[in-house]
Amino acid sequence: MGTRTVLEGAEISRALTRISHEIIEANKGVAGLVLVGIPTRGSLLAQRIAAIISRIEGEDVPVGSLDVTMYRDDLAQHPTRAPHPTDMPVSGIDGATVVLVDDVLYSGRTVRAALDALNDHGRPRAVRLAALIDRGHRELPVRADYIGKNLPSAKHERISVRLTELDGVDDVTISDAEGRG
Amino acid sequence: MRHLLDTRTLSRDDAIRILDTAEDMAAAQQREVKKLPALRGKTVVNLFYEDSTRTRISFEAAAKRLSADVINFSAKGSSVSKGESLKDTAQTLQAIGADGVVIRHPASGAPERLARSGWIDAGVLNAGDGTHEHPTQALLDAFTMRRRLFGSGAGVSDASGSRGRDLDGVSVAIVGDVAHSRVARSNLWLLNALGAHVTFVAPETLLPYGARDWPVKIHHSLDAALRDERPEVVMMLRIQSERMHAAFFPNEREYARNWGLDDARLERLVDEAIVMHPGPMNRGLEISSRAADSERSTVLEQVANGVSVRMAALYLLLSGEREASI
Repeated sequence: MGTRTVLEGAEISRALTRISHEIIEANKGVAGLVLVGIPTRGSLLAQRIAAIISRIEGEDVPVGSLDVTMYRDDLAQHPTRAPHPTDMPVSGIDGATVVLVDDVLYSGRTVRAALDALNDHGRPRAVRLAALIDRGHRELPVRADYIGKNLPSAKHERISVRLTELDGVDDVTISDAEGRG
Repeated sequence: MRHLLDTRTLSRDDAIRILDTAEDMAAAQQREVKKLPALRGKTVVNLFYEDSTRTRISFEAAAKRLSADVINFSAKGSSVSKGESLKDTAQTLQAIGADGVVIRHPASGAPERLARSGWIDAGVLNAGDGTHEHPTQALLDAFTMRRRLFGSGAGVSDASGSRGRDLDGVSVAIVGDVAHSRVARSNLWLLNALGAHVTFVAPETLLPYGARDWPVKIHHSLDAALRDERPEVVMMLRIQSERMHAAFFPNEREYARNWGLDDARLERLVDEAIVMHPGPMNRGLEISSRAADSERSTVLEQVANGVSVRMAALYLLLSGEREASI
């Protein structure tokens, strides 16, 4: 089996625009809204969504980046992971509606870690979850509020999200486990 | 990495990885909740054969902020004073399930012996062995330099701009009792790996045997070193009278006059230069009070950074799956 592109640049951008509208609608505007991305690509997506929201609403939304490495429950099962920088908005998250943003929603363990990490930064009024891709196979009772694309996949398949800022191209591909072909 | 025994064998990439991770740890120390869950369920033993409150509480704070359980073991008053060997102690620690051992020992090479002997599976961190090495002190010094020199504005210590950097071309003068200083040795190897130029400034009697074969410049006069090397970092070492069993210099007044960082020399430092000291300081001997309390001084930052750097080392050594024994 080879590599198949499931989303191209224009589709990613349409999905993000739709998610942005949904966030504004659910939040009834941008008051009290904070976007928090999970590094690396979740943070880039959070910034893109923030830019789209500020274009639509004419108001800036605080954006943060939250590293969850130290909060993972599988640290002892993998080689040591180097953490990424965490950069939370100076306004804080107390009383805010935080939208967590990640590129791929899979087992739900990253989101669990993110909820713990968020807890150490303050007490939001509500936490919502946005993911560009939901590929299923949840191991925890977690669901996303905003989804770019549902992508049913087999466990051995690999979903890769590439973003221009980091990879020079915008696309989402699916390939078999070793990324062959 | 499995152990942190010295800086001599530490690669530039590993050093930068530790320093960058320490930036994340430092950021966590700015929050209201300073604790991270990364080492939950792990046990870290502070095995101190030599007194050192400063280093021990720094490691203890670091381990606790990563949610590890900490056991403090001081040789004084323990079975060691009844004659127990390092091997027996190590096997006891193995039996109680220690994941990490932070060891301070008066004998050079003791941490390496503990790590390579096969007596124990735990990760070993050298917290100072004899006159050999004190790697986390060198790492915290490098971290402090990096933040002061590349952070956002003069005199301000922060992470912006320092992440990922080495110390290429930075001139560092290490002044004083190099012979008895494991800090000086660890700093020399690490700073070299990071691209800095190191100068030892000391009377001939306080230079270690063989120092001329090391990648370091040597000056006997502090005034000449300040003039010729124009150091951006001046690291003053403590005169360790407790380790001196012979006369290494005529008297304290003469030492202070020739090798102490006094007010006049402080004035002559280059604009951005910082003054470092591993503590505890002998004010009036190797460093004047004005130098110790000036804006150039990083003494307290070094203490704070020590916790972040030790958290980084403990995290990188103990969090992942254990690599196979060597």
